[in-house]
Amino acid sequence: MGMTSSQRLQETLSHREPDRVPYVLPATMHPSREMGLTIKDYFSRPGNVVAGQIRLQKKFGNDILCCYPFAALEILAWGGEAIYFDDGPPNAGAPIIKNPEDILRLQPPEIKGNPALQGILQATTDLKAIVGDDTPIAGVIVSPLSLPIMQMGFEAYLDVIYERPDLLEHLLRINTEYCVAWANSQLQAGAASIMYSDPAFSPSIMSPDFLERYGLPIAMNVVSRIKGSVMIHLASGKGMSVVDEISRAGFIAMSASAEEDLASLKAVCQGKLGLVGNLNALEMRYWCAEEVESEVKKAIAQAGPGGGFVLSDNHGEIPFLVDEEILLGVAEAVHHWGQYPLDWVTSDEA
Amino acid sequence: MLKLNTLSKRLVDALLHIDEEECTMLLKNLLSQGNDLSPLEDVVIPALEHIGLTWEEGRISLSQVYMAGRICERVVEEVFLTACSSRFDHHPRIAIGVIEDHHALGKRMVISALRSSGFNLLDYGHGLKAADLVERTLRDQVDILLISCLMLTSAVRVKDVMEGLEKTGSRTVVVVGGAPFRLAPQLWKEVGAQHMGRSSGEAVRIVQTLTENRIWE
Repeated sequence: MGMTSSQRLQETLSHREPDRVPYVLPATMHPSREMGLTIKDYFSRPGNVVAGQIRLQKKFGNDILCCYPFAALEILAWGGEAIYFDDGPPNAGAPIIKNPEDILRLQPPEIKGNPALQGILQATTDLKAIVGDDTPIAGVIVSPLSLPIMQMGFEAYLDVIYERPDLLEHLLRINTEYCVAWANSQLQAGAASIMYSDPAFSPSIMSPDFLERYGLPIAMNVVSRIKGSVMIHLASGKGMSVVDEISRAGFIAMSASAEEDLASLKAVCQGKLGLVGNLNALEMRYWCAEEVESEVKKAIAQAGPGGGFVLSDNHGEIPFLVDEEILLGVAEAVHHWGQYPLDWVTSDEA
Repeated sequence: MLKLNTLSKRLVDALLHIDEEECTMLLKNLLSQGNDLSPLEDVVIPALEHIGLTWEEGRISLSQVYMAGRICERVVEEVFLTACSSRFDHHPRIAIGVIEDHHALGKRMVISALRSSGFNLLDYGHGLKAADLVERTLRDQVDILLISCLMLTSAVRVKDVMEGLEKTGSRTVVVVGGAPFRLAPQLWKEVGAQHMGRSSGEAVRIVQTLTENRIWE
């Protein structure tokens, strides 16, 4: 009898080879189509999200489930708005911090009684009651460093970073406390681990000085206070040059960008950090059946040996426009080529 | 990699160190050597293009590119555009917008880079419907329309803009840019755009080339 998804993930994140490569296809919006709902309606009820996650597991065989709907939800939680689209993820609406000085008056949301956050907690608890301990549910937080991109708009955030470090530090302090509380609430509701979504930690986005001064100390602080294991997701951003920082912060795994060489990344992470990725979710739309198989094979050959690898996309969200047939092809290819031991990797078939 | 002259190298260095004073001094010296805008072409455009390429190669961050653009825009405005008349009188007419997406940083960076290079452009904002963008483009008789995208859903709607423009026989040249086009290199052709810029610096180079080719004639 094979391993459960939880056992498979635990084994691979301990840098040992499980029965097969675990995988997750985060097609978070796709179930709405099958359920005949708009994306907005789908995400409006925790019950829909629970039913959608079960559908995703049945259809694609995901080894990880997740009730977190979309990043802009954070802004709903902070009293702002989300702007919905028919065929893509919602955007954050107008910034909740309209002027830099607003930071001084900013109050973080109380998790208890906040409808947006309570909806996720409810969905997590309900999903956990269905899947038990066999399939892990990932909780998600947007990091203290990346939240301001939505709270005030990226441009205004960058201006504050360079022009008002006093306000920046105040904002990061508020966000840190919120993130710790939000992560632990999700763990309490039934999440098995936390994904720390932090595109701003990528050196593609922020300068090394900024990461050294703010990114690393904040990550260390937050991770040490979260009562469970935490992985960092750079949302397509490159991470090769900050592997040491990610490891020092206490993360157990990191996302792998489609713009980086997975084999090189594996070489520096081997035995130290698990890797999650790195199928190109934007290019996937164009893949024929042969390409689906070869892309999956390539990723497994580069990062699968020795464990420490979860096959997924590079962004943490499969675009709504990606056809389900492609995702079914990915799942089939992992089942075929991802069985350990990966003897074919060293043979001619690789 | 683009070969830079000494002045461009100094400008790149000053911009990446966020040294506005040094940028101002450098450009004021250039202006004192002649009362025209040729230094923008010889020094500023290559510097911005170099910064864009350096970001693509992963050697600097987006925040550094953004700040470099902002500083350069401010200094060029102060030093050159108050001292000289506009670089171009009537053409090219340039506009920029973001369709059905509220991520506006890329647009802001392209605006800074183009203004730093002496181009004027209309900012149509973000969250636009494709039909609105077509209507404004036609109304303003835009020669070059730049569309910045972060989300795939926004990028695929460029096709609607292209169809809308084609229906009217418009000769507007459409240039797209942003993450979806970088990560899916065939996408810009699929949506029918004429050009794709991988960075704000490359956007300037494309606009510069279209201008040299006098595409409005």
